[in-house]
Amino acid sequence: MAHISLLIIVVIITALAFDFTNGFHDTANAMATSIATGALRPKVAVLICGVLNLAGAFLSTKVAQTISSGIVNDKLATPAIIFAGLIGAIVWNLGTWLLGLPSSSSHALFGGLIGAVWVGAGVNGVHFDQVISKILLPAVASPVIAGIAALIATYLAYRINRRAKAGPVTSGFRHGQTISASLVSLAHGTNDAQKTMGVITLTLISAGALASGSNPPYWVIAAAGLAIGLGTYSGGWRIIRTMGNRLTDIAAPQGFAAEASSTAVILSSANLGFALSTTHVVAGSVLGSGLGRRLAQVRWSVAGQMALAWLLTLPAAGAVGAIAAAVAIQGTAGVVVIGLVAVAVAVAVYAVSRREPITAGNVNDVQPIGAPREALSTAS
Amino acid sequence: MHIDWSALGQVAVVSVGIAVGVVAIFALGVRALSQREIDIEGGGSGTLSLTGALLCFAACAVVLLYSIYLIVPQLHHH
Repeated sequence: MAHISLLIIVVIITALAFDFTNGFHDTANAMATSIATGALRPKVAVLICGVLNLAGAFLSTKVAQTISSGIVNDKLATPAIIFAGLIGAIVWNLGTWLLGLPSSSSHALFGGLIGAVWVGAGVNGVHFDQVISKILLPAVASPVIAGIAALIATYLAYRINRRAKAGPVTSGFRHGQTISASLVSLAHGTNDAQKTMGVITLTLISAGALASGSNPPYWVIAAAGLAIGLGTYSGGWRIIRTMGNRLTDIAAPQGFAAEASSTAVILSSANLGFALSTTHVVAGSVLGSGLGRRLAQVRWSVAGQMALAWLLTLPAAGAVGAIAAAVAIQGTAGVVVIGLVAVAVAVAVYAVSRREPITAGNVNDVQPIGAPREALSTAS
Repeated sequence: MHIDWSALGQVAVVSVGIAVGVVAIFALGVRALSQREIDIEGGGSGTLSLTGALLCFAACAVVLLYSIYLIVPQLHHH
């Protein structure tokens, strides 16, 4: 391997750190409803999810040859700019995790890169038409489609079984859920670990350590798979609680309907070339499954907070990425400063999170809808 | 700027159709399992109900296998 500068090593470590936050942010997408309905014990759920994410990273040969799927001009993205974009994404992921808000890790990465390229290489480096057609449109459409699918599916699941015995129904749908949740995990692993592999590979290419057009080296695949797998296994319990328990009360048939709907949307859109966020799809499905059972069962205030976080993800991660880029392109000292600030933010977020820890043990301790209002506030 | 509305429409129709179809068939399978318990409690064998349940779950398994085929690129990119 050719000479690799300190900056390249820093970018690789930062990319793996983003991959880790991507994992713990998105465990909820696959496993929250299974944990909430008791189909899987929390620790078992995150273990399955972690292993399948790791497996997914190795399975997918669909190599990410672009960092951003054409949203920014990859040729303008120097290692310092990529570094700044990753910092923007990590900071936003940590902040939303602290608040327990499921927001899209892909949007955070795109937002960070857009902000960093804008400041670091000029506004012409950002392809705004692609931002609309590849990010904003799927972000609005995918949760609606998933929600409609889950609503109808949930309604039918209850309608078909309204005279059936409760025991076999619950156990049947719980068994179905373990399979549908695993499918979401595997699909997630094949997609999301690729993003980090793409970032690292293109950074190595830009540094001349790899020939242009190279596939990710084996160690990159292994490192990216491990980072996202470990992140997933560490379990973003705060987000799992929001997705599985706070948005709506979920029973096994709803969980199965939600996961089946998410899988259907993710796979059908991947087949047709839409890059969408698993987070948006799953949140739409969970909402739909709440509506499909009884119309009033959704906590709209939580849904509203989530929608607000989605709107803010791109600009907020972009703003952090832009500030980071302004400093990082000044040279090594700038990169060091931004790196230290990011580590400080991570430590601070972790420290605050320890005040009210949410773990595998208490993730499901949420008052059901209709409980006294003051009891609900313990979840936040 | 190009927005492919027909692709978006396809995603909507395909995913709603598949999701609702799979969940409905799975729900019928679960209902047949519950019917089997009722049959057995009533002194019957429940074989017919069990057969129905297995057929439903087999149909779901086919969709599951196709999903794995779609997820794993080695299976369809040559």
